[in-house]
This record gives sequence, structure tokens and C-alpha cells, in this order.
Amino acid sequence: MKLFRGSSGPEGVPAQGSQKLTRRSSGLGELSRSWESVENLCVLDLGSTSPANIRHFTEHGHRIYSEDLLTASTDPELMTKDEQGAPTLDSRKFLADNLVYPAAHFDVVFCWNLPDYLDESLVKPVVGRLWSVLKPGGMLLAFFHTRDAGPDSPCHRFHIIGSDTLEMQKIELRREARRGPTGAVHTAVSDGFKLQRVFNNRNIENLFRDFASIKFFLARDNVREVLVVR
Amino acid sequence: MSTAASGLAQIGKSVVIKGELSGSEDLYLDGQVEGSIALKGNSLTVGPNGQVKASIDAKAIVVQGKLDGNIQASDRVDLRKSAIVTGDITAQRISIEEGAFLKGKVDIHRSDGK
Repeated sequence: MKLFRGSSGPEGVPAQGSQKLTRRSSGLGELSRSWESVENLCVLDLGSTSPANIRHFTEHGHRIYSEDLLTASTDPELMTKDEQGAPTLDSRKFLADNLVYPAAHFDVVFCWNLPDYLDESLVKPVVGRLWSVLKPGGMLLAFFHTRDAGPDSPCHRFHIIGSDTLEMQKIELRREARRGPTGAVHTAVSDGFKLQRVFNNRNIENLFRDFASIKFFLARDNVREVLVVR
Repeated sequence: MSTAASGLAQIGKSVVIKGELSGSEDLYLDGQVEGSIALKGNSLTVGPNGQVKASIDAKAIVVQGKLDGNIQASDRVDLRKSAIVTGDITAQRISIEEGAFLKGKVDIHRSDGK
């Protein structure tokens, strides 16, 4: 696994970028085919709130939950220190405040590119929680950059605009709230979320080792789509 | 609470209410409310300065401010771009502007009982 940057601990709200790109998604296509005849799905979208995604699922009679985990991970209250005194995020507090759902609740989870941008200390605990909230046989879609994508690959929001088509919207800026040495909170605007690392295929298989199956789709834009089944 | 010339009841941004709020007329809420709001058959608008920690039951609900609580609308819910909502939404129709923030469930109940 190649690490790019350490974690940052600010509270942030992704600003809405105007650049939008359309891309085909083989993973989404396969998911769509699998739920074609299924009614009343329970879906969890872990990206920024997307009106398109909410519309897509509610129009088909499904229930959708929206929870922006990346933004939630920038809560300054999560900052703590590990045993060596190095700054890290408190994964227990994070999971006490987020992803709080009954076991085996969801049929589908959209992770999008969350694992690539989430702080290292949160990735495994979050995937563990996702395993528990997915129903047996439930599916999770995640995107991972390849090494060729480079460390400055922008973070995107993903909007579903067709059964196998996504609109990608770059998150360009975010507002930050940092705690200063006196404890006071200062706000600032900074660049969007930074790519934290690149997972290779083996890292990805290890990350999802508790799941029943994993399928890779290599896309042209230096992204691997991964569809896992609990 | 004041009533504007339009007949719409209003709660201004300096007003703080804790408890149960109910009524039978449309309400514009730009202050702070903590508890529950029941306006069955009427609409509620949470203005841009509104900060609500309450469960809401109304015919139509428009959110421009901050809302922490579950929403039950017999007709529709509109989340405007400045809306920050944490809670589950049940409605017949929903409209969400680009930029709105939602942490919670959206469950659409069609009038045909679906």
C-alpha cells in the first residue's frame, strides 16, 4: 500500500464544484442488473448528499440512507493521540457517532471513493462496520485509484444518472474548522480532500477478506471498481 | 409568534421555544425550537436562521436552515441548498437542491399506498 499524506483533522464541508464528468460504471451496471427485479431495497450512500441518487432510488420505491462519512471524518472532536503520541483519529468515537444502524440492514452500500480519501485509522474499522450492517448477500461498490492516478487525483462526488452511468463532480474546496493552541476554532477554506494512499489488489482483497466474494472492474480512468458481496 | 399580512404565522430568529408546538395554520420558523412540531394539514418552513431539534409532522415542509429530527410529511418535503438535516424523512414527494446536506433515511410513500 502506498501512502501519500497523513491525516488532517479539520471539520470540513465539501464545497460544490461545478465540473461534472460522465463515466460508465461496470460495477454499477452489474449492481443494477442484480436489483432489477427486487422491490423495496435498503440502500446506503456514503458520499456527499446527492439529489440524483436519492431520486434514482426513491423513484423505484426503494429506501435510501445518505451519510457523508468523509465530511464526518473531519470533525475536530475526533482528534486524539496514539500510544506514541502521534496525532490520529479516534475510530471508536467515529463509529459511535456514524454508521449506527442495525445489523444486516442494507442490501446495497455505495462507498464510492471513500477508502482512498479516508484517514488511515478509520478505513478498517469502517469496512468492519459496513460488513455488519450489510445483509448476507448484500453488495458494496467501492472505487480505488491505481498507482497511475497520481497523488493529486481529485476527490469526486458521484451521481447516478443511469443504470450504468455516473456523473462525477469534483470537490474543489472545503471549509475547515481547526482548533488552535488555545482551543479556539478557526475557519478557513482549503483544497478538497487529498488522496491518502493507493491500494493494490492484494490490499483490497485483505481489506474485504471477511466478505464472501470480490470482483474487480478496471476502468480507463485509472480507477478500479470493486464489487463485494457479504 | 406574529402573523404577517400574508396570514402566515411567523416565529422570528430571536425566539427560542422548548416543548410541543402545534397548530392548524402554516408556519414560518426562523428561530430555535426544541421538542416536537405538529402542523397536520399545514405547511412548515424552517427559514435560513432556523435551528430545530424536533420531530416534525406536517403536510409540507421546506427546510432552509438546520434541522435535527425526523420529518413526516403527508405531502412533500423540500430541502433547499442551505439545508442541513440530520434525521429520517418520510413523505410522498421530496425535492432536494444541490448543496443541501442530509444525514438520514429517505422513504417515499406514494398516495397509492406503495
